[in-house]
Amino acid sequence: MHNFDYHRPSSLDDAVAALGKGEDASLVAGGMTLIPTMKQRLAAPSDLVDLGGIADLVGIKDDGDSVTIGAMTTHAAVAASSAVPPSLAALAGNIGDAQVRNRGTIGGSVANNDPTACYPSACLALGATIVTNAREIPADDFFTGMFETALEESEIIKAVRFPKPEAGNYQKFENPASRYALVGVFVAKTKDGVRVAVTGAGNDGVFRAGDIEQALSANFSPDAVDSSSIPVDSLNGDIHASAEYRQHLIGVMARRAVAAING
Amino acid sequence: MPNVSMTVNGKQVSQEVEGRTLLSAFLREKLDLTGTHIGCDTSQCGACVVHVDGKSVKSCTLLAVQADGASVTTIEGLAQGDDLHPMQAAFRDCHGLQCGFCTPGMVMSAVDLLQHNPDPSDREIREWLEGNICRCTGYHNIVKAVKQAAQSMKGQQAAAAE
Repeated sequence: MHNFDYHRPSSLDDAVAALGKGEDASLVAGGMTLIPTMKQRLAAPSDLVDLGGIADLVGIKDDGDSVTIGAMTTHAAVAASSAVPPSLAALAGNIGDAQVRNRGTIGGSVANNDPTACYPSACLALGATIVTNAREIPADDFFTGMFETALEESEIIKAVRFPKPEAGNYQKFENPASRYALVGVFVAKTKDGVRVAVTGAGNDGVFRAGDIEQALSANFSPDAVDSSSIPVDSLNGDIHASAEYRQHLIGVMARRAVAAING
Repeated sequence: MPNVSMTVNGKQVSQEVEGRTLLSAFLREKLDLTGTHIGCDTSQCGACVVHVDGKSVKSCTLLAVQADGASVTTIEGLAQGDDLHPMQAAFRDCHGLQCGFCTPGMVMSAVDLLQHNPDPSDREIREWLEGNICRCTGYHNIVKAVKQAAQSMKGQQAAAAE
């Protein structure tokens, strides 16, 4: 790992200032992605601004119709929270392994927008709002491509606000080695209708499956799910799975999610 | 270079380190606590698991500076003098190790599990140990050891309460 100047601000303002000063500064949240990336020298920031010293960024607040999760809240804390919708807590409790869940954070995962990460699908399916130091960004506008988000330079995620769904379920077909989602599908019944988000499969990262949403709006049953209309050339094919197989898995995972919701 | 201060196995330590120094390297190379092993060095195998403020983490994926001010427990901090921690004793009794390389991480992970789940099922133990890889003896006796430790720790607590 190349060396860097380390900063541990205790407020968001100080973090923004530190981020602006460095030639090529980077934020670090839990570090579960960034530190391995730096060890491989795929990233070599001049300055590392650690958000771990900002107490305001940690915590889960039940707002009645919604729940607001501070950006530096760990997956383990989300998984253990009774304020969080059960589908979201279950998703958090199945990310990585126990030690990764003790360090990894929701803000870090969402900001990184790894195309195989779990959280982005929950944000899209539940219609979450990403709250930053500058503004509030609807999830539908936030995830702009593989590892790309609407975040500006020096913009920092403070929290993610999730409206509570009527029902929801996330099904992940894990890569057996990495446990990342080969395909993950989050199905939610929200007050704005059925929303279905797919992670692990899209060329441009997480996306909503409009055709499946429409079919489930008319008939919320596993039989209604058909993933064959999702264009294969919009899906990722690699050594782990072909695009055709991922297209198939989207249907299987969506059907399992609907069946789980219907009980 | 940044200065880092933390409590390691109950002792206060303070040293200058490079920002990029990993907690695993800090423990092994600066403090000579070589019980924390480095296996894969890519946060997969779990040989490097230690507790930071009571929670198990992979010390190869944490910077020493990120643990500034924290309380760290390594495998060397579990035994009380010559008395092994119940988890260590159970690993020995149940033959939960062969070469022993993964054992420090296994023990530290398992101790964390029992902190919030004092009576785990086989399945819960296996799921919790997903981030700890053993390449020789397999997991069967490790799971047995964790169950035995859970029983003996419950017994100890009951005895202490009487």
